[in-house]
Amino acid sequence: MALSSNHLLGLQGVSKEDIQLILDTATTFREVLERPIKKVPTLQGKTILNLFYENSTRTRLSFELAEKRLSADTINFSKAGSSAAKGESFKDTVRNIESMKVDMIVVRHESAGVPKYLTQISNASIINAGDGRHEHPTQALLDMYSIRERLGQIEGLKICIVGDISHSRVALSNIYGLQAMGASISVCGPSTMIPWEIETLGVKVYNNIDKAIADHDVLNVLRIQLERDAGVLIPSVREYHNYFGITAERINKNNPNVLIMHPGPINRGVELSSEVADGPFQIILNQVTNGVAVRMAVLYLLGTKPEE
Amino acid sequence: MQVLLKGVRVLNPDQNLDRESDILIEDGIIKEIGSIETGKYQSAKVLELAGKICVPGLYDMHVHLREPGREDEETVITGSNSAAAGGFTGVACMPNTNPTIDTAEVVRFIAEKSKNHLVEVNPIGAVTNGRKGESLAPMLELADAGVVGFSDDGDVVKTSSLLRSALEYSKMIGAPIIEHCEDASMAGGAMNESKVSTQLGLPSIPTVAEDIIVMRGILLAEYTGGKFHVAHVSSKRSVELIREAKQRSVNVTAEVTPHHFTLSDENIKSFDTNFKMNPPLREQKDVDAIVEALQDGTIDCIASDHAPHSIEEKEMEFIYAPNGIIGLETQLGLALTELYHEDKLTLEQIVEKLSINPRKILGLPVPQISEGEKANLTIIDTELEWEVDVDKFKSKSKNSPFNKRKLKGASVAVINKSQIFYNDEFMSI
Repeated sequence: MALSSNHLLGLQGVSKEDIQLILDTATTFREVLERPIKKVPTLQGKTILNLFYENSTRTRLSFELAEKRLSADTINFSKAGSSAAKGESFKDTVRNIESMKVDMIVVRHESAGVPKYLTQISNASIINAGDGRHEHPTQALLDMYSIRERLGQIEGLKICIVGDISHSRVALSNIYGLQAMGASISVCGPSTMIPWEIETLGVKVYNNIDKAIADHDVLNVLRIQLERDAGVLIPSVREYHNYFGITAERINKNNPNVLIMHPGPINRGVELSSEVADGPFQIILNQVTNGVAVRMAVLYLLGTKPEE
Repeated sequence: MQVLLKGVRVLNPDQNLDRESDILIEDGIIKEIGSIETGKYQSAKVLELAGKICVPGLYDMHVHLREPGREDEETVITGSNSAAAGGFTGVACMPNTNPTIDTAEVVRFIAEKSKNHLVEVNPIGAVTNGRKGESLAPMLELADAGVVGFSDDGDVVKTSSLLRSALEYSKMIGAPIIEHCEDASMAGGAMNESKVSTQLGLPSIPTVAEDIIVMRGILLAEYTGGKFHVAHVSSKRSVELIREAKQRSVNVTAEVTPHHFTLSDENIKSFDTNFKMNPPLREQKDVDAIVEALQDGTIDCIASDHAPHSIEEKEMEFIYAPNGIIGLETQLGLALTELYHEDKLTLEQIVEKLSINPRKILGLPVPQISEGEKANLTIIDTELEWEVDVDKFKSKSKNSPFNKRKLKGASVAVINKSQIFYNDEFMSI
């Protein structure tokens, strides 16, 4: 079995079969992570560039670890420390690094569309690690993996994404991926944080968190950008927590069986109370572990794809 | 030097003129119109133009020539060459140059550059000094130096009180205030706000950011009696506001670019930065409203917003790429292909919107096709099928989303200032 694309730019338009293949492959690698020696030689001799034009801690660490566990050689580029700061264009930077013979590029960038642009200026296989507010496909894949691991299957589930949907790349990838797998998707947040005409994606909109908890099997809770949003999109962090924060009390009152997920990093006391973040309803740290396995699966499937 | 245009359809709605004729031009002046036997003027260069149409020289009231300041992207001369190749004998150039067109010296600098060229270049002066929105530019002095309108294009006039002053002050001149209609507090996005921006995760600019400023201008024009011109209108609601204002006889006019009646925000899905401009490409409903407004006269004219950018500037991550595309050499072809051949506008309307109305808005005389008049003409072949090739453009820049597009209709020749541009070369006549 092989993926139908040489790149993972997003989950929009990706088939159920491809997603299933990635998730099934991840199961194998998840098992590797439990071994005493957590390394396989699968991508030996392959070179992977981690091209990060935006700060990232966990996504980058997760990719690096996945690459190392597949025995790939990795090189890292970050905007702050290199040529972009000296005024070199993105295209020149990429072409320069690629001349060192790179097989795959994992890219994070603040502009939507950069992974697609990379496919035009590079011969490497491109993996999107987050582009602007557009997509973050490996995050959505690890979310799907974690849901499937906990609840057995994705099809037929009701899943709600909660928080600042309009500034999120996790939301769109989740919507596309989960819909392909047969789940029904809603979003919940203050109306200023709901993207324009999101209903056109087949998504239901909630502005009431109690109702959202009651109506769904899974809540995928997004981080609120405190510095950016308070005073502009929401009156205050306090008001956000009072009206949209998820607390144990709200869960117990509305739906004690609901599963809580969060891509991290968490603002404790804002979108989740500490009780919830550490409580029995959540699988947040499983998501982190699964993230390495899912990224290994993506890297493996793209890195060993036979030439056409 | 004499040129004989043989068997051409002479069309000028401004003169109620539409007939097949021959035209003899001598030293840049129309000497004779009628049935002229070849041989009567033995030394004349004869152009056989059966089936072609001769109209008053086309005029583009919204171009960026980039000089002074960004001569790597365009100059007065290369922009004028581009205009001539696209069928235009006159252009109005926007003042967002460096330095800004806010002093008589800069106006004279541009006039000096363009004085020997076939294409007439009329500068638009800034409304405010440095386009900073702090103090009025010397509008009377600018008008005396040759400016034909005022705009802080690229930016909106910063405050309502300055716009009010500009509309009142410019009444002494009769020139319009041309607004780049965009509420600055809602600006800065990379595309139109729509379901497509939601799908692409790009920061967006809502149509209401345009509508608010269109409405502000209409209200202030109504209040002051000043002349208000809406540059590159792009939204359905703005079109409705302009239509209502015209019904109340407010002194408001409007232009639209070819890309806003041809393309929609669906094109952004390619993430090709040549589809990035401001105002952004809107939804199909806006495109439909614009075509309707061209038909009923709500939109007076078509203007390219010709905005040259270097390859290295446009070849960039989408959110960082600059706004704007070049349009002088595709404008007539797009108008004919999308509007005339699609039966949306008649040829008379095309001539009104590409020649007569922009000149009237700027207070410039409309070229008359009559004996004794200076020859200021564009000869059009409405049936010529061609493919856009940016590598053949006269413009210094290549940032066009229409590369490789097949168009029907083009300019065959332009004549102005005792010169002709024909068969890809300029000649004195």
